Amino acid sequence: MAVDVVMPQMGESIFEGTITKWLKKAGDKIERDEPLFEISTDKVDAEIPSPSAGVLKEIKIAEGQTVPVQTVVAVIEADGAGARSAAPSAQAPASAVAKAEALEGGPAPAGVEAPPPDDEKAAPGPVPTKSDPQGQRGAQKTAAAAPAPPRAPDAKTASSAPPAKSAAADAGSREKVRSSPLVRRLAKEHEVDLTQVPGTGAGGRVSKKDILGAIEGGGARTEAPSTAAPAAPWTAQPSVGTPAARATIESAVPREKIYFGKYDVQPMSVMRQKIAEHMVLSKRVSPHVYSVDEVDMTPIASLRAKSKAKFEESAGTKLTFMPFFVRAAVEGLRAFPTVNASVDGTNVVLHKECNIGIAVALDWGLIVPVIKNAEEKNFLGIARSMNDLAERARSKKLKPEEVAESTFSITNPGVFGGLFGLPVINQPNVAILGLGAIEKRPVVIDDAIAIRSMVYLTLSYDHRVVDGAIAHQFMAKIKHTLENWTESIL
Amino acid sequence: MAPVTMLEAIRQAMFEEMDRDPAVVAIGEDIGVYGGAFKVTEGLLERFGNERVIETPISETAIVGAACGMSYLGLRPIVEMQFIDFIACCFNQVTNFVAKGHYLWGAPAPMVIRGPSGGGVHGGPFHSANPEMYFAHTPGLKIVYPSTPYDAKGLLKSAVRDNNPVLFFEHKFLYRRVKEELPTDEYTVPLGKAVTRREGRDLTILSYAAMMQTSLDAAAELEKEGIEAEVIDLRTLMPLDKEAILASVKKTNKLLIVHEDTRTGGIAGEIASLVCENAFEDLDGPIARVTSLDTPVPYAPTLEEYFLPNAAKVAAAARELARY
Repeated sequence: MAVDVVMPQMGESIFEGTITKWLKKAGDKIERDEPLFEISTDKVDAEIPSPSAGVLKEIKIAEGQTVPVQTVVAVIEADGAGARSAAPSAQAPASAVAKAEALEGGPAPAGVEAPPPDDEKAAPGPVPTKSDPQGQRGAQKTAAAAPAPPRAPDAKTASSAPPAKSAAADAGSREKVRSSPLVRRLAKEHEVDLTQVPGTGAGGRVSKKDILGAIEGGGARTEAPSTAAPAAPWTAQPSVGTPAARATIESAVPREKIYFGKYDVQPMSVMRQKIAEHMVLSKRVSPHVYSVDEVDMTPIASLRAKSKAKFEESAGTKLTFMPFFVRAAVEGLRAFPTVNASVDGTNVVLHKECNIGIAVALDWGLIVPVIKNAEEKNFLGIARSMNDLAERARSKKLKPEEVAESTFSITNPGVFGGLFGLPVINQPNVAILGLGAIEKRPVVIDDAIAIRSMVYLTLSYDHRVVDGAIAHQFMAKIKHTLENWTESIL
Repeated sequence: MAPVTMLEAIRQAMFEEMDRDPAVVAIGEDIGVYGGAFKVTEGLLERFGNERVIETPISETAIVGAACGMSYLGLRPIVEMQFIDFIACCFNQVTNFVAKGHYLWGAPAPMVIRGPSGGGVHGGPFHSANPEMYFAHTPGLKIVYPSTPYDAKGLLKSAVRDNNPVLFFEHKFLYRRVKEELPTDEYTVPLGKAVTRREGRDLTILSYAAMMQTSLDAAAELEKEGIEAEVIDLRTLMPLDKEAILASVKKTNKLLIVHEDTRTGGIAGEIASLVCENAFEDLDGPIARVTSLDTPVPYAPTLEEYFLPNAAKVAAAARELARY
């Protein structure tokens, strides 16, 4: 029995993923749940386990290709009855493949008859589920209105097909875009490809505001944006992995001034593009203000030196400086809730949880896993979750929800020796704490010069909502907590 | 000038029109000596005498039948229904004679049938009706349902002067609750013209009569959340100001219709169709409506409160639509 392997849906808002690596090749034997391929999405990089035991019969999507979720990426010839059917793909039969190809611009050769779109089966919208009647209705409606998508004969031709727009591409893409009559009319009048416009309406719907933004920006035309396309306003939507969004990463100078002498060109990874977009967005949206404080870490340094061996033995996890900073930050956030906030238009959203994002440097980029509900955790709890998240970030085992919903972030440029850094705010937070290197320095205490373990802490904050007074009191609270550490660490 | 109630504004309109034109007469139950159940006609008898202020037995059919005959013979009667609920008693006269005369025999019936309507005052099932849509469905009638004293006066004067039969609904919740200063100079308000009570960009709220204030209260609440609702007072249901409705929908692209009439067969459904036929491609969300429930108007105050729309219900629907 052949089992389809599909691009999984890694989180609510994800609608495509890139296959970064195949861990097996066609003909290889594979066990159920054995890692089969690696993917990279807007949110995470992950290893995808095999849905079934058997032999990998065919790889349909090559490394480096980006496809919509639920696209069949491989077929496994399952051995025996024990194979479970690949759950989500059951609802995404062959026509989903056809659609995926249509999106890729696969050719629709003559002689293949277009099947009439008779019912839901002919138009499997990407995620119409029972809990989402709107989506289902939308999918049905558009299916009825859209011309029948010509069925591409076989997946093999798709991956190597030249990127040409076709009627099939339009029909296929209209199925997945939720919009409104107004939006569809405007899209038609202004020749905007709705698949390229991120929706901010209910359920990701492309609203009037979204399409007007797109029209004003002049991008996302059906004539496919070139890589040199100017930044369009919807770069303000960070986590949308459309090609258009990627194309909007700006170059500061014209292309011809970039290429000279000898060079290599490396395409940005999905993660790198996301970081680039996110950083530009943050700097554009939030007026950053910076403040620097100096903290005497001597008591904590000696506590750590004294307790390290015992802590690691009894707790089974490393004792670093980071959990001290997290605990101190939580104290600060509880005292000054404005710092633990997000901005929604003219509303300030004050979060009740302290979900602390920790920037983790990876060989291939950067990711910010989140310690959820840090305000409910003691020192040991924070140390454990932090080490666990960092470890799994490095082994690509994070789940999408583990990199979402941060309310405040901490980054640690000091780990590489930086005296201090001025980080960019991690949206939608309104502040980020930067930790410098902890170094012994001569300091003046009561008119005497002493050797103390000192650190510079920086706070980048969004001056739309956080004023200097609050920021400095917040930092004073952190400094006080660290310099007068009382909490038992075990 | 001191601010006047809607009740007083209507009384002024009747006085002025009867003063202006000797063909205008008033007819109804208890409108003379007693001055009307709500005192709208107080002082008319003294001023114009019992030839022009005609008290009748309790028979709505007879009243409208007589008025219809008068109108054929050149008079312009203003008929009062003691409560508009009882207009059902003369349904045949209104729909088969008053409404069709012009079409059948070239005999227009220039008359006004006016009376207190609407709920919210714990009047129960027989004294709270909003029967406007029985008549909106009848070609040949004009239907007016004002929300302010200024409009009530100006629209009633226009209704008296109109050569078509006009049903003039007076929301009794508004009779003494809304007050405003009226111009000292004579004025009229044209039939068939809506008015924008509040400008906005995010959605349009269409309403009329007592639900206007409810809609404006909701809009004020929404403003605090950054939602700018445009609020339009229809004032006249027949003829409907299609231009104003479509213009606003084309501006805001979202439409919420609020009425106190029950849901099924209410004007909201008609307007929704109108918009779909003429401005479908201007819609950025589904047309929404907030109405009373499909039941008789309950007597118990708590049940009536549950039955009627209020500002919170309107704001909730608007919020959802704005987010769509």
